Amino acid sequence: MAVKDYLRERFFPHMWCPGCGHGTVLNGLVHAIEKLGMSKNEIVMVSGIGCSSRISGYVDFHTMHTLHGRALAFATGIKLSKPELNVIVPMGDGDALAIGGNHFIHAARRNIAMTALVMNNRIYGMTGGQYSPLSGYGTIATTAPYTNIDQGFDVAALSMAAGATFVARTTVYHVHEVADLIQQAILHDGFSVVEVLSQCPTYFGRHNRLGGPVEMLQWFKDNTTRIGSKAAAENPELIQRGIFMQADKPEYCTEYDKIVEQAMAAAKA
Amino acid sequence: MAKRKLKEHHIQREWCKGCGICVAFCPKQVLEMDACDKAVAVRLEDCIACEMCALRCPDLAIRVDVEKA
Ligand SMILES: Cc1ncc(C[n+]2csc(CCOP(=O)(O)OP(=O)(O)O)c2C)c(N)n1
Ligand code: SF4
Ligand code: SF4
Ligand code: SF4
Ligand SMILES: [Mg+2]
Repeated sequence: MAVKDYLRERFFPHMWCPGCGHGTVLNGLVHAIEKLGMSKNEIVMVSGIGCSSRISGYVDFHTMHTLHGRALAFATGIKLSKPELNVIVPMGDGDALAIGGNHFIHAARRNIAMTALVMNNRIYGMTGGQYSPLSGYGTIATTAPYTNIDQGFDVAALSMAAGATFVARTTVYHVHEVADLIQQAILHDGFSVVEVLSQCPTYFGRHNRLGGPVEMLQWFKDNTTRIGSKAAAENPELIQRGIFMQADKPEYCTEYDKIVEQAMAAAKA
Repeated sequence: MAKRKLKEHHIQREWCKGCGICVAFCPKQVLEMDACDKAVAVRLEDCIACEMCALRCPDLAIRVDVEKA
């Protein structure tokens, strides 16, 4: 199927601002699905609330637009009742790790097979540029005009500690990596996290004087490097991109089926 | 490996929001912004059909068709 066949073209042009990185995440995602050759009926996208979460309106899969921070809870219900479906859960940094932080760590801990796509623009875009748990120390936000004193989470380290079995990071500058990592995450049988650094030129960019979308993409290029590269060893300040963790652990739905079988056998005995 | 050859470069004007990303990162400076702040391909003869513009466009406004070898 062609890439455009996975889109709901009737809703285009989309609602994101000019140069918003979330559009590039959508672009990479549909390319990943196209490369996997999946049919639209095999995929469910479940999202919460935020500019990022609006992504579910633009793809022609089964889609569900739910509550802020709660997408993973809805997704867990869907996956448990129809484990044959591929569940993708795109979330904003606030959606995933502020209001939804608890759902996030516990979904990871259970190792339920789904793909959590964290569209990290380090800000609450939709509500006007408040700082998020990913903004990081020293940044400016609508709610931190004199600089933010909160430290940020490291999404990859947090996900690994919580029990996710596939953990990766890239940026919207590195579009081939976006498509490739999403493909691998979808194929992984367990809880996968792909963090994609995305730009919000309207709030994060403007508040932090980072220039427009072009300058923000250039920043992703200049300030990141592949895991284990020479540059990473020489400059620990660089943000690392690639796969941090890929492990085999019992998957939740498979284990749940076993319990159902045991219970049925016990009931018959 | 055979060189990639461009068949068609298509920009859907109504979807383009003029962010300039495709123009800035095209390795061959094929694209420019026009007077209405929309991207246009002005040097298609230099295009190497790498598809980076199509993949990076946040508005999914670009399609690059590659000649089948
Ligand atoms: C229960 C609840 N609390 C707060 C809100 C308001 N709200 C909507 S989106 C949002 C944060 C969006 O930030 P993020 O998840 O990072 O997504 P972005 O818009 O940056 O893509 C908030 C606080 C809400 N909709 N529901
Ligand atoms: S406010 Fe920010 S995150 Fe929301 S659409 Fe605009 S650029 Fe994107
Ligand atoms: S990247 Fe897309 S939206 Fe931005 S200027 Fe180019 S065609 Fe227009
Ligand atoms: S396909 Fe590559 S060379 Fe051609 S216009 Fe796009 S970015 Fe430039
Ligand atoms: Mg955000």
